[in-house]
Amino acid sequence: MSMADDDIRPALAERVDDIAVTDDVEVFEVTGLAVRYDEVTAISEVDLTICEREITAFIGPSGCGKSTVLRCFNRMNDLIDSAHVEGSVLYHGVDLYDPRVDPVVVRRRIGMVFQKPNPFPKSIYDNIAYGPRIAGIKADLDGIVEQSLTRAGLWDEAKDRLRTSALGLSGGQQQRLCIARAIAVSPDVLLMDEPCSSLDPIATGRIEELMREIKNDYTIIIVTHNMQQAARVSDRTAFFTAEVHGPTGQRRGRLVEFDNTGTIFSNPADERTEAYITGRFG
Amino acid sequence: MAITVGDLTRPRGNARSIRDAIATGLMATSVVLVMIPLVLVLTYVIERGSALFGWRFLTSDIPTTRSSGGGMGPAVAGTLLITGTATAISVPLGVMGGIYLNEYGRNSRPAVMLRVLTDVMTGVPSIVMGLFVYTFLVLRTQSLSGMAGALALAALMLPVVIRATEEMLRLVPDDLRFGSFALGSRRATTIWRVALPAALPGIISGALLAIARAAGETAPLLFVIGITSKPNWSLSGTNTALSVQIFRNATQPFEGAQQRAWAAALTLILIAFAFTILARLLSAALTRRSGAF
Ligand SMILES: Nc1ncnc2c1ncn2[C@@H]1O[C@H](COP(=O)(O)OP(=O)(O)OP(=O)(O)O)[C@@H](O)[C@H]1O
Ligand SMILES: [Mg+2]
Repeated sequence: MSMADDDIRPALAERVDDIAVTDDVEVFEVTGLAVRYDEVTAISEVDLTICEREITAFIGPSGCGKSTVLRCFNRMNDLIDSAHVEGSVLYHGVDLYDPRVDPVVVRRRIGMVFQKPNPFPKSIYDNIAYGPRIAGIKADLDGIVEQSLTRAGLWDEAKDRLRTSALGLSGGQQQRLCIARAIAVSPDVLLMDEPCSSLDPIATGRIEELMREIKNDYTIIIVTHNMQQAARVSDRTAFFTAEVHGPTGQRRGRLVEFDNTGTIFSNPADERTEAYITGRFG
Repeated sequence: MAITVGDLTRPRGNARSIRDAIATGLMATSVVLVMIPLVLVLTYVIERGSALFGWRFLTSDIPTTRSSGGGMGPAVAGTLLITGTATAISVPLGVMGGIYLNEYGRNSRPAVMLRVLTDVMTGVPSIVMGLFVYTFLVLRTQSLSGMAGALALAALMLPVVIRATEEMLRLVPDDLRFGSFALGSRRATTIWRVALPAALPGIISGALLAIARAAGETAPLLFVIGITSKPNWSLSGTNTALSVQIFRNATQPFEGAQQRAWAAALTLILIAFAFTILARLLSAALTRRSGAF
């Protein structure tokens, strides 16, 4: 795919006004984050601040550790036996890796949408109601289901088939269902790992539109390989890369640059960022 | 470029299409060869068994004197009771074992050991299971019973159910589990609400096939349940079963007993058939409901 910068500038120019980077409330404060899988350090020295009601994009070449970092925000790395997280991730000032913190409670507040749509083999209704039900919510499930599907832009397509299997939906509909399922538990943060990578441009457009709509209520972190997408939807962008580390020749991820999306795409400080966004890399 | 239909039709007479024809022929022959014994056994059992088979046969007592006619009521009761009890013991345990292997143990030492043990258990001949129960239960309690038979059958079914559960859970993609965890559910909730329902159709058909097999087992029952000519719906005291009665009656040298053996064989086949149908219906219904086509 060609990633020439003149593809991105129009996308940015269109929305110069709505990139609202203000001195917002900090949701996450990441310092000295490093993750290793057994003996291999996948990424290290990550320092980041994620602000409330903003969309932060993570971009960078494959294997640089974007997904790995993303999974630190809801402690999904706990589920990978070999993964070890070092450094600190403060969530509204609380260290997520404090031994007193229960990852299950964390995940109720910090939702996640995966690269591949993963609806449960249940009805559309039961998919959306899953989160509220396990959280012990019994009242007005119908209302929650309708509201979540509406927000995810799926209500009109799904309202007549709520009791049918979610596996009968198209890929794009399934991904919107997964977003609806994630917001049904009213999380505070939404982590999205390449949510559009298996979707066509129209379905992608709908999901981007949806992200802009729900951004007033949620803090969103999105991993994407699509630079136009980062330029179109995000307020801030973090560029990661992987570099050969030390004498072992192992590749280790690094956060290269983290700034306002406008700056990253039009005037990056680091030449590696510049090389990547102009397509002279990887 | 000029193309005619001939360019796109299947070439004739070359080596590949001859090989293709031979392979198709071999396949058709083996289908027929497989069908022959099946059809022969079935038609012969139906032919010989239907002379006596009927509601009376299923419910009347087994004649104790050398007489023809009579029924297999006690054996039907015994088969249902013993197989049912074996199922009640082995299916819950086996499903839990399978859940442990795939969801908790994975490749830990205890899990690997359990897996090897199950494989060994699958290979143990059924008569050895009977001998085991005979030595450890019948000889110690000095009593033959339906319970002893149920335990022997349960021991035979257990490894099958464990492995079926494990295999079916392994087929459930981890993406679904991650999806559940990401919504803030615990491991037990994820297993109970996502993994197990997704694997259920397969687990049920595995379990029902194990039940159908156990219902026909003869060797382990022969010397642990004893014999009775009146229905015994209790797990204690001597009992009998269709498979055992087929063996006993068929080896007697007069026509009346042999007729009973054939009708009992037909009954057993029908029970196994009913379980197989039930397995298919149940897993089809569950698959439809979950939409995992
Ligand atoms: N479960 C795991 N076990 C071992 N190593 C892993 C695991 N997950 C990721 N890694 C390694 O960590 C590094 C970073 O992987 P990660 O998936 O975070 O990259 P990414 O930036 O998300 O890549 P992509 O853009 O292809 O999704 C890679 O070298 C990868 O091989
Ligand atoms: Mg990734």
